[in-house]
Amino acid sequence: MAHTATTPVAKPAPQTSELARPYWEAAAQGKLVLQSCGACGKVRHYPRLLCDACYSDAVTWLPSRAIGKIHSWTMAHHAFHPAFAAEVPYLLVTVDLDEGVRALGRWRGDAAMVIGLPVQGAFEAREGGVDLVFQAKG
Amino acid sequence: MSLRDKSCVTGIGETVYMRGSTKTAFELQIEASLKAIADAGLSPKDIDGIIPIGIVSGTADDFIDNFGLPDLRFSAVVPHGGASPAMALQCAAAAVASGACNHVLITFGRNVSAAANKAGARIHGMPQFHFVTEFEYAMGAIAPAQLYAPMARRHMELYGTTVEQFGEVAVACREHALLNGNAVMKKPITLEDHRNSRMIADPFRLLDCSLESDGGAAVVVSASERAGDLRHRKVYISGVAEGHPDSPGSITQRPDMTSLGIAKAAPRAFQMAGVTPADIQVAEIYDCFTYAVIRQLEDIGFCAKGEGGPFVQGGRLKLGGALPTNTHGGLLSQAHVWGLNHIVELVRQLRGDAGPAQVKDAGLGLVTGYGDMGDGALAIMRRG
Repeated sequence: MAHTATTPVAKPAPQTSELARPYWEAAAQGKLVLQSCGACGKVRHYPRLLCDACYSDAVTWLPSRAIGKIHSWTMAHHAFHPAFAAEVPYLLVTVDLDEGVRALGRWRGDAAMVIGLPVQGAFEAREGGVDLVFQAKG
Repeated sequence: MSLRDKSCVTGIGETVYMRGSTKTAFELQIEASLKAIADAGLSPKDIDGIIPIGIVSGTADDFIDNFGLPDLRFSAVVPHGGASPAMALQCAAAAVASGACNHVLITFGRNVSAAANKAGARIHGMPQFHFVTEFEYAMGAIAPAQLYAPMARRHMELYGTTVEQFGEVAVACREHALLNGNAVMKKPITLEDHRNSRMIADPFRLLDCSLESDGGAAVVVSASERAGDLRHRKVYISGVAEGHPDSPGSITQRPDMTSLGIAKAAPRAFQMAGVTPADIQVAEIYDCFTYAVIRQLEDIGFCAKGEGGPFVQGGRLKLGGALPTNTHGGLLSQAHVWGLNHIVELVRQLRGDAGPAQVKDAGLGLVTGYGDMGDGALAIMRRG
């Protein structure tokens, strides 16, 4: 595709669902919240209609400290969307959150990746949305 | 009731595989379908069951219209990406074994040369990718290479799987493609070429990634009692099963990121066929990425978990090796038609029609499918 520096392309906006609306509302405030079963308390992510343990559709939203450990990662070298051409290479990390679910985010910092590395997450504002970002936990 | 040997693949058809085809996906699908039906010795009006793969080209209704089918008695949709063709074998086997119909056409065509049809754009319109589209896409996790790379990275970290072992898969597929007149890739590659190919989504280099190519492929599955008077010797579907990974819609959330759906399916298929992995003489393994072959070899039981890397070394997957694999060149070097080309190639091998890539005396083989984010299926076939 013939995109040049003089024709900047917007990043895709998150395509938010009604089910996850509280997640995105909290994210816009810089806060990570996770869906928790209103009946049995099991935490689930990404948001789903039913609890797979008790089949309840009751939901509460649990504030997360966004603390966890590195589960895996990939360094993106090829821009599959032109909006990311100026950012490659960039690192995507999969994180085991302390709450027992995972999150995918962009990496900030230069720490060498290793499974189990302690990390801290936060939301970072960008045009048209927010990115979940992680860095090494100090 | 077991589906063992209740059905046969009686017809196979493929278009020319290429990049930049000027034909539509449906034109390619129709061309491959007519070839498969003729190969079986049937007329289009004999088709009474159909499973169009994906809904990216023709629907069952389109085939009724174009073939003038007088009485289509069975149709199904199997919406699991590259696992769909192998899953459709199970669906077709069940349909003909039950008596619902006699001859099922499994058919696919694609034209992905237009930018809007590339994988990174394509998948975000598919409902099974909605978690990725909502939570990962906007941060730059866009294409399958980027979604699958964390699985491969974790496998490397946990088990010591290496770049060279990925390369062994790429080189074996390329060597086989060079024997195949209908393969997109026509130049030999070495392990060094693989290592030096540009990085796409670490640990995947360009030569770890399957092709984006245009073409059509089709097979006909017939009830075994209807297959005897058709054109070719019988190729029985002896064992067939599908399996889905935990958290099929999100690799990020999958409890064991290094396990695929085929791990659940494989024991069922082997039990149905009454054989073991050691009996398999030729394998056509869905190779969207080199890593996916290594991972499936483990999940199928050809080797233990974590040993897939060493397993593929030393030319084991090449013709003349202990487990000739992707003897047509695979998705990595022949063409990407969602693995229907793998089914076509296995049938060719078991008929003894595989030309320079023929595995000597191949009587029992296996084909797999891998779709979306790890849905899996396999079929074990034998020469009748």
